[in-house]
Amino acid sequence: MLAQQILNGVVSGSIYALFALGFTLLFGVQKLLNLAHGAVFMAGAFIAYYCVIIGLPFWVGLVFAMIASGVISIIVELVAFRQIRKQVDPEFPAIVSSLGVDLILINIAQNLSNTRVLSMPFGTFPIEFYNIFGLRISLLQIVILVLVAALVGALVYYLQKTSFGRQVRAVAQNERAAALLGVSAASVYRQTFFIAGALAGVAGVLIGLSFNSIHFLMGEPYLLYAFVVVVIGGIGSVPGAVVAAILLGVTQALTKAYLSSTLSDAIIFSLLFVALLFFPNGLFGRAVLSAGGDRK
Amino acid sequence: MMLDIQNLYVSYQGIKALRGVSLQVDRGEMVAIIGSNGAGKSTLLNAISRLVPAGEGRIVFNGVDLRRSIAHKVARLGVLQVPEGRQILGEMTVLENLQVGQLALGGRPAKYSLSDVYALFPVLEERHAQLGGTLSGGQQQMLAIGRAMMGAPEVLLLDEPSLGLSPLMTDQVFAALGRLNADGLTVMLVEQNAHRALELTSRAYVLDRGLVVREGKSRDLADDPSIIASYLGV
Repeated sequence: MLAQQILNGVVSGSIYALFALGFTLLFGVQKLLNLAHGAVFMAGAFIAYYCVIIGLPFWVGLVFAMIASGVISIIVELVAFRQIRKQVDPEFPAIVSSLGVDLILINIAQNLSNTRVLSMPFGTFPIEFYNIFGLRISLLQIVILVLVAALVGALVYYLQKTSFGRQVRAVAQNERAAALLGVSAASVYRQTFFIAGALAGVAGVLIGLSFNSIHFLMGEPYLLYAFVVVVIGGIGSVPGAVVAAILLGVTQALTKAYLSSTLSDAIIFSLLFVALLFFPNGLFGRAVLSAGGDRK
Repeated sequence: MMLDIQNLYVSYQGIKALRGVSLQVDRGEMVAIIGSNGAGKSTLLNAISRLVPAGEGRIVFNGVDLRRSIAHKVARLGVLQVPEGRQILGEMTVLENLQVGQLALGGRPAKYSLSDVYALFPVLEERHAQLGGTLSGGQQQMLAIGRAMMGAPEVLLLDEPSLGLSPLMTDQVFAALGRLNADGLTVMLVEQNAHRALELTSRAYVLDRGLVVREGKSRDLADDPSIIASYLGV
């Protein structure tokens, strides 16, 4: 029973990781909170839903949702951040502008869905279970774990080993110095927003399918979880985000199973405060500077 | 003429930092810009690199007006600045810093290979796997110069490379710059250490409160009593 709950927690935690990675990546690069990230996640779920509804196979819907969420995320950057980033103190205006874009996207989804909760048609994804070492694991859970591992692996490779990854890290550390070296910050922002949005879109599809529930407000609790993940994992840290997201998923599964399902959020956020007492910079954060120096 | 600056005005944050500066740098030259703190030396370099908005005037590099360009595109033309304070990417390794430097190539052929950089600054090869932030000030300055070399500079703009370095380290850095120039690299050197700058360069401009107040051969300026009194601190 305990092992089963931990497995379930790892699976949902891995989806949180996908969502939170993009969030922390964006914060690490531009030092601004993107409060529209939850809406991009929701948009991913909606796009996959409508793809399936018009008769496309689920996989096509997933890939399409991934790409389209990336594109929506680029538009978020264009509308909510591009101009505001030029200000001397962009932090507060960026919160307002990204929240505004968040509300616009939510409103569009609300109208599209007539404020209803949507669910994928029966049979969208085969419901099959396997027994491994006495644990019950569904085909969907296996697919989620494999997909998340592949995407996180690709992201890490991309950031650490490719020229583009070096450009992202250069802009995150020192945008001015990066410009003097020929790095186009605008192109780095565009590409990071695409990646973060694509990851969020996949996370949205997976959550929508796992809980069989897709609705216009579904992104907002995940935005809060992303804050928890980023704070616990250490701001801007990729391994920190993965570890913290899985910890969050397991904690959530265990509190729901053994303590109280209605109090699970209260318990999680209380644990956040306790964790911050012992790890003020998060598990993997060295200091605030680990996100990469000053904005200027 | 490689770099031709005509009657350049720059004001930002309400300060008139440059008030009609004109200067020229020929291919293969090594030119010093000296002057006291606040004379506008760094502003001049940052205006060329498009980090600060230029007002009136012209900044023409090989026939291209840089005032219409933006920072990363100026770098990709081969106008590479080694900024004040080095601005090393401290969380990236020495090698990664050099690799980022290659981005300035932007399709142009490389001028220096990694082994050229390592030959000029052997310490960078020894420490290639170390994080940039863990290097000493002098080593960071070498890394900043090496990083610019990787981007095939047509002209290298250096902002106070001796700042915070020991005399011994300054010797090493200046010797390396002298070698690069002897091999044909065009260099524009901004320095508060006027004495060292005039020793190293062939021509110099003296900047004061946003204006060029003197220009000439470095040797002549170094012997000029008024320059000695104002800038050479004797």
